[in-house]
Amino acid sequence: MAEKNRETVVAVSKPAAGEAGRTGDWRSHTPRIDHEKCSQQESCLLCWMYCPDGVISREFPLEIDVEYCKGCGICAEECPRKAITMVQGRQSQGDPDEGH
Amino acid sequence: MATKAAKELPKEEFILPGTRSCAACGLMLTYRHSLKALDPGKTIVAVPASCMTVLHGVYPITPVKVICVNNPFAATGAAASGIVAGLKATGKAGYTVVAFAGDGGTYDIGIQSLSGALERGTDFMYVCYDNEGYMNTGTQRSSASPAGAVTTTTPILAKLQHKKDMLRIVEAHRIPYVATASPSFPLDLYDKVRKAKEIKGSRYIEVHAPCPPGWGFPNKDLIKMGKLAADTAVHVLYEIVDGKFRLTSRSLRLAEKGGKKTVADYVKGQTRFKKITEGQIQALQEFTDRRWYEFMERHQNGRS
Ligand SMILES: Cc1ncc(C[n+]2csc(CCOP(=O)(O)OP(=O)(O)O)c2C)c(N)n1
Ligand code: SF4
Ligand code: SF4
Ligand code: SF4
Repeated sequence: MAEKNRETVVAVSKPAAGEAGRTGDWRSHTPRIDHEKCSQQESCLLCWMYCPDGVISREFPLEIDVEYCKGCGICAEECPRKAITMVQGRQSQGDPDEGH
Repeated sequence: MATKAAKELPKEEFILPGTRSCAACGLMLTYRHSLKALDPGKTIVAVPASCMTVLHGVYPITPVKVICVNNPFAATGAAASGIVAGLKATGKAGYTVVAFAGDGGTYDIGIQSLSGALERGTDFMYVCYDNEGYMNTGTQRSSASPAGAVTTTTPILAKLQHKKDMLRIVEAHRIPYVATASPSFPLDLYDKVRKAKEIKGSRYIEVHAPCPPGWGFPNKDLIKMGKLAADTAVHVLYEIVDGKFRLTSRSLRLAEKGGKKTVADYVKGQTRFKKITEGQIQALQEFTDRRWYEFMERHQNGRS
């Protein structure tokens, strides 16, 4: 008689970026940082703290991961120095919708 | 010690970018900072069907670097209890089990399993992110939706009943830690999750999580909407440690300095309140004021 199979089978997902694809494609507007206007001080970092998707770097000059930034505009709205503006379009290289 | 600036928050992200949740999601911001407050290598999350399941992704990929068990909609408290028991039985120490459920999964369908877990004093943390409706399935009414809100199941008259006082129900279990928080105040949220992590027994945190598509306000205003909820006392920030009540953060300042804004200020920026009548606004104001004065009184008593 065959051995009883006691192995448990569980479906386990593995962590990876871009689970929902390049969410930067959702954007209609893109944040642009004016590094001169940004305080470049660790004492601020409000944009970093409030970005729901955590796509703003913590190191200065700040960088936004435009591959995944969803373009919500929170960073621009919350920056106390108005250093971030939302510009029209996805602003990504080779975007077929923008005729590059 | 209270966290005072963004730079004190841990740098590491535990949610990888490119998630399925909407742009400007209050839940997403809540989860991001909650995970920073936990020890993600030693945390197991229990999640029922909700926007949170969607955030966690579709097999075989997840954006979240924390072990997560998906459980049936009504079973979050029971599933978390099972995980706690399983860890104990297999001798695995040092884990924090944290349930993350929406208001539908907490106030409505999950209330029995939650109450059971709290009554047993299960050693776990339960975070209800309250986006005030069944958002994942298309903005249906829940018992956490505010009176006057149009939902897809209250499309004509808007919701007629006030929000259920879930926090009172939770408090009645006399658990060691009950708190409210908001993603618009990430430092306060972070401190509360961190504090709850160190407490043994059942801990409950309710986070008011604004949802732009469900509430009808512009994405960019997510933080402002959460702050306005605190400034109007529609959502009050507090914690109750071993029965001792204390206001925190913006709500504490509001109690000390005054300047409470009106409910009319809050509802006007959200399309879900497009059908609210003057009478309903008045009723919502009275409901909010009554709670606010109770909280101020409890805060005074808690200190004396
Ligand atoms: C027993 C059961 N009934 C209904 C559903 C369908 N369902 C999945 S998620 C959901 C809404 C969840 O609402 P809530 O708990 O408030 O979380 P949110 O979607 O707002 O994050 C519903 C009704 C289900 N999965 N299981
Ligand atoms: S919020 Fe503005 S000033 Fe502050 S770090 Fe970000 S870009 Fe710089
Ligand atoms: S637009 Fe939104 S997602 Fe993009 S960086 Fe700013 S806050 Fe983050
Ligand atoms: S529906 Fe609301 S809670 Fe759900 S993912 Fe979208 S913004 Fe977040």
